[in-house]
Amino acid sequence: MGIYTDIFLTFAKIGSFTLGGGYAMVQIMEKEVVDKKHWLSHEEFMDTLVVAQSTPGLFAIDMASHIGLKLKGVTGGVVGALATALPSIIAILLIAMFFQTFKDNIYVEKVFMGVRPCVVALILAPCFTMARKAKLNKYNWWIPVVTAVLIAAFGVSPIWCILVAGIGGFLWGKLKD
Amino acid sequence: MIFLELFYVFSKIGIFNFGGGYAMLSLIQDEVVNKHHWMTINEFTDIVAVSQSTPGPIGINCATYTGYTAVIHEGYPTWAAVLGAVLASLSVIWLPFILMVSISKFLIKHHDSKAVTSIFSTLRPVIVGLLAAAALMLMSKENFGDPTESPFVFVLSIILFLFAFVGTRLYKVHPIVMILLCGLAGLLIY
Repeated sequence: MGIYTDIFLTFAKIGSFTLGGGYAMVQIMEKEVVDKKHWLSHEEFMDTLVVAQSTPGLFAIDMASHIGLKLKGVTGGVVGALATALPSIIAILLIAMFFQTFKDNIYVEKVFMGVRPCVVALILAPCFTMARKAKLNKYNWWIPVVTAVLIAAFGVSPIWCILVAGIGGFLWGKLKD
Repeated sequence: MIFLELFYVFSKIGIFNFGGGYAMLSLIQDEVVNKHHWMTINEFTDIVAVSQSTPGPIGINCATYTGYTAVIHEGYPTWAAVLGAVLASLSVIWLPFILMVSISKFLIKHHDSKAVTSIFSTLRPVIVGLLAAAALMLMSKENFGDPTESPFVFVLSIILFLFAFVGTRLYKVHPIVMILLCGLAGLLIY
């Protein structure tokens, strides 16, 4: 299988299961891209998350572009981004054309009552792997805690957290020299 | 010209979307419902609901649906509407993509520089916090059921949540398999 086909199939698969927004696909993407394909290390994967979160655009698409780009330049990026978007375009087109009453379907609702708590677990689970990979220790454990509290309890935009932490990291690096 | 308008509006929505999905809903609503009258507020609420139960980023979902509906409302045939849907969806992607390419190229080139290394060493812990916050905010009545009104749904949701968490963390079950299992459980039990 060619590398482009591989990129396309991998991201189409990830796009097909991105239910409930971008964050839900983090674990699926990590499993596929890091564990199975070894396209990136865990550290590189986290850096990709940072970049995707701090640039405009859709989170999942940004991730796919960045990873595709790393593998095969701009063409790889285009393939990754399109493959991620394609399943959702097809699904919505079919719904717009044929199934206007899709969301009122009782079986669809039942399936989603089961899927929703699962999606929350899928978002929470990678935190623990990442905490280890982010080299959390007694000096920096407060960073994720403060970030989570600021965002979840005080409604601070993630963009501000990334900006402040980025500048802080830069200055800290300078200070140590 | 409806196609040009779709391209312009959704390019704008794409580039102003910081921080993902739900942040962009008010922007989409303003453009699509208030300014361009491509759909009513009820249709818009419907598409948000549909987006939550279909795969893919909510921004793409809205773009596809709006593109299709707007072109049909203008009296064009189905094939033109399909074209409008694809055009609107790609419009959301292209500008952020170009930006992403420039940033990625810069980062790949300067990956080993001291400044980039020290910035990312602080940003990695922040990402852990971001994910934790996203999970915390989703632990809501909408996703788990109301403990007083529907205790059965609430308890079962907690069980499915723990099942999915332990399954993917400890037993390395593939997340896709887990989504399918939980969906099946919902279908059979509720």
